[in-house]
Amino acid sequence: MWVVLLTDFFLYLLLAGVALYVGFVLRTPHLRHAWRSVMTRRGGAVSVVALGFFAAIAILDSLHFHPRLEQPGAQVEYSNEILSVFDVLAGPLRTQVERTYSAPFAYHAHSKETRETPQGRIRVYPRLEYAGAHLADPEQERGWDITVRVLRGALLGAGVWGLLLLGVRLTRRLRGARPRAEGEAAIPWRSVAVTVLLILMLIGIVTQLAGAYHVFGTDKVGEDVLYQTLKSIRTGVLIGTLTTLIMLPFAIALGITAGYYRGWVDDVIQYIYITLNSIPGVLLIAAAILSLHVYLNAHADEYASLAERADLRLLFLCMILGLTSWTGLCRLLRGESLKLREHEYIQAAVAFGVSGPRILMRHILPNVMHIVLITVVLDFSGLVLAEAVLSYVDIGVDPSMNSWGNMINSARLEMSREPPVWWSLTASFVFMFALVLFANLLSDAVRDAFDPRVKR
Amino acid sequence: MSMLLEVKNLQVAFGTGPAREVAVEDVSFSIPKQGTFALLGESGSGKSVTALSVMRLLSEAARIETGEIRLNGQDLLELPEVQMRGIRGGTIGMIFQEPMMSLNPVMTVGQQICEPLRRHRGLSRKASMARALELLDAVRVPEPQRRIDEYPHQLSGGMKQRVMIAGALAAEPELLIADEPTTALDVTIQAQVLELLRELQRDLGMAMLFITHDLAVAKSMADAVAIMQHGRIVEAESAEAFFENPRHEYSRNLFAALPNISKRGLRLHGNGSDSDGQAVEPASRPSTEPLLEVEDLRIHFPIRRGVFRRVVGHVRAVDGLSFTLREGETFALVGESGCGKTTTGKSLIRLLPVTQGSVHYRGHDLSHCSAHEMAPFRSELQIVFQDPFSSLNPRMVIGDIIAEGMQVLGVAQDTAERRERIEELLLQVGLKPEHQTRYPHEFSGGQRQRIAIARALAVNPRLIVCDEPTSALDVTIQAQILNLLQDLQDRHGLTYLFITHNIAVVSWMAHRIAVMHEGRIVEQGDTVEILQNPQHEYTRTLLSAVPRL
Repeated sequence: MWVVLLTDFFLYLLLAGVALYVGFVLRTPHLRHAWRSVMTRRGGAVSVVALGFFAAIAILDSLHFHPRLEQPGAQVEYSNEILSVFDVLAGPLRTQVERTYSAPFAYHAHSKETRETPQGRIRVYPRLEYAGAHLADPEQERGWDITVRVLRGALLGAGVWGLLLLGVRLTRRLRGARPRAEGEAAIPWRSVAVTVLLILMLIGIVTQLAGAYHVFGTDKVGEDVLYQTLKSIRTGVLIGTLTTLIMLPFAIALGITAGYYRGWVDDVIQYIYITLNSIPGVLLIAAAILSLHVYLNAHADEYASLAERADLRLLFLCMILGLTSWTGLCRLLRGESLKLREHEYIQAAVAFGVSGPRILMRHILPNVMHIVLITVVLDFSGLVLAEAVLSYVDIGVDPSMNSWGNMINSARLEMSREPPVWWSLTASFVFMFALVLFANLLSDAVRDAFDPRVKR
Repeated sequence: MSMLLEVKNLQVAFGTGPAREVAVEDVSFSIPKQGTFALLGESGSGKSVTALSVMRLLSEAARIETGEIRLNGQDLLELPEVQMRGIRGGTIGMIFQEPMMSLNPVMTVGQQICEPLRRHRGLSRKASMARALELLDAVRVPEPQRRIDEYPHQLSGGMKQRVMIAGALAAEPELLIADEPTTALDVTIQAQVLELLRELQRDLGMAMLFITHDLAVAKSMADAVAIMQHGRIVEAESAEAFFENPRHEYSRNLFAALPNISKRGLRLHGNGSDSDGQAVEPASRPSTEPLLEVEDLRIHFPIRRGVFRRVVGHVRAVDGLSFTLREGETFALVGESGCGKTTTGKSLIRLLPVTQGSVHYRGHDLSHCSAHEMAPFRSELQIVFQDPFSSLNPRMVIGDIIAEGMQVLGVAQDTAERRERIEELLLQVGLKPEHQTRYPHEFSGGQRQRIAIARALAVNPRLIVCDEPTSALDVTIQAQILNLLQDLQDRHGLTYLFITHNIAVVSWMAHRIAVMHEGRIVEQGDTVEILQNPQHEYTRTLLSAVPRL
């Protein structure tokens, strides 16, 4: 039975918006040209592919349902638990839960346990329940086993890639390649192909290893860290996109209105954001999250499952982050509009008697869009990082929800153990880093393509 | 004669590989000691790149590919950077075009002049300050004692250029490179600065490499000139011979493109059409019917201070202006920057509010009407701006830019009709119909100005305020735009309010002129009469400051 959580709904909305925009771009020649030039930059093309991979996981992880319970009776019953399509695909990653910490690729637990043996009590590293369980003599066989699996996975990935490439080639040949227009730069297909190959090989390797080992180890309760980081992608992507979605209307509307009209309109808007800015953001967020708690406790029966409660908290976090973070962009846009309004093309429009709102929409807005775009992408990275900080002070996402912030938060204690448990932190760092890096690469390419002041 | 600077076969290119673009090609010239050499050319001809090559100040992207630059026999291109630093500001001084950009806003005048003194001459702080005072005095900055502690924003444009010159001369260079030193200045200030440069050159015995696009300025300064086009020197000659009889076709075209009073009624030479230089038969004579009557126009801007923005005074930008525009004529408002001419132009079409006075357009008072009451007149009163780079929205295609006024004002309602009209307009201003799907950045300055004119024409105006429409353009492009404006006036019977500081343009184009000074009209009347027989003191000063060919 399918379930649509609130954040899922907004994500679908966002996807629909993106689809509409893509349609619009395809119909408008100059936008198509600009996006094409994003793709002709190697950084742009590669990051689009990589971000597509992240987005795919986030989307798969947003298709939620109640699994059917296996019951002997004819009556169909659904579990109270909410799973996502990604959970099903992840298979062993989700289900193979150890007892506690274990290092990446370990076949025994991270710490010694006391065992009763005929010789008396000894302290040993107990074997893990799932990881490396298929090996008779792990010490000898493990290295070889991992090598074989890695190679097999890489080959599998390469194989799928080869088929894909063949398919693309064939369709291109059948359809007949469109001759490139003059002056149009080539999309760096080679870089795209290499990126896809790398991603496919990584997927192949992970699928080969996942059933037999914990690639990134396990956490305190024995859950696979790789599974957690992958689940965290959805949280990160949602915080980054939903927050900007909520913040943009405020920032854009108020910013350009203040800058264009000046006078008392400007004064009022400035007072609003100065006031908002002088309240510590953490305070507002804490207050909002706590009042949400009170609300949830009062209406406990309406939010039955844990997932729904966590989801509401995530949405609330996005909203409150959006409400506190629009001021920076608003300030930028106000400044830019103040500058733009003196431009002669705006004066020419005034001389035609073009109305204020229309000038804002047709002349000011398109000319500040590159600022919006760059800020959004930079904010995206900032928000993903902010989530980590907020989780650290326990006002971030729900502790039951997988997020990089929660993982880093728990790493605070893990790192002080002896020997340290470093893999949670490392895994979340690697994934967060990759996401933010590709987002920044994309923003660079987008800015170069859309800013008319950048000479191509 | 011993040569101070010798440039041989200089070749400079930007970029490498397939993107390589040659900016300067096979340029050779030499400047004798104490001589003045003028490098003339239109924008993009490579004259500034040549000057920067001499200083070795080219940007990263540019590369000197071949050639040698000898200063007193020493090849500058082979010097290590450390020694080159001693030459910049030491043996060679340089002044730039834009005095606002060339001075550091957070350093006082004294500090900026002292910097080269202490670096190149090794003077102490005290000695350099004393020398700076002397220099400020030498460049005729009044009250140097007070000015030396002031910041650039407290100085006027001409004063800043003087400070720049003082800084360039601080180390007593043997060669002064002046890159368009007076282009950003008013004519009267330009005349003073040029005079100052001539005197200083004589007193200090330095040589000068003078870069300009202005033939008349070059004539007043140079012993020898070279004309550059597309990175090459097409003609090099002694100044006397050159201004007597330019040999190269391009040089002759430059002269032919210059507007002046003797070419009234003739087309200017603007590279191209067959009718260049021929007489034009105006289709319509200006009528005596008044189209726009301005009476005692005043525009004051309040100065606000303090927390509550109290009005503490007013800037009287325009202070009691009265004139009449007749249907079909070109009426020019002439004056130097800050005299209120642009403010007047903008307030007439209500881009700025009128403080006092009346503006009657065909009997309707526009000076205090609401936006709603103004609406029916928007299509009849249009404006063309100075800067072709900021007057077109970079995010809109040309077709949309031209269509905007038509949409708002309800000219040509349906899409097909509108498209037809846009194509017609583009053809009228000398562009192609297929240009309508392109963006402004794909066009040159002259083409953009054509687009701006087409945009104004789109709504069938009767009066167009032309606010310095050609001052950002090269002379040949200026000639084309002026010809175009003239043609359009003849064809549509347009009335122009032509706002400019350029006397030459006015003398060619305007039927009547009004000379503005400090917010007031000091003199107005028939163009030829005023230019040949100025009555007012200020008009005479202004006219005598214009360099002549």
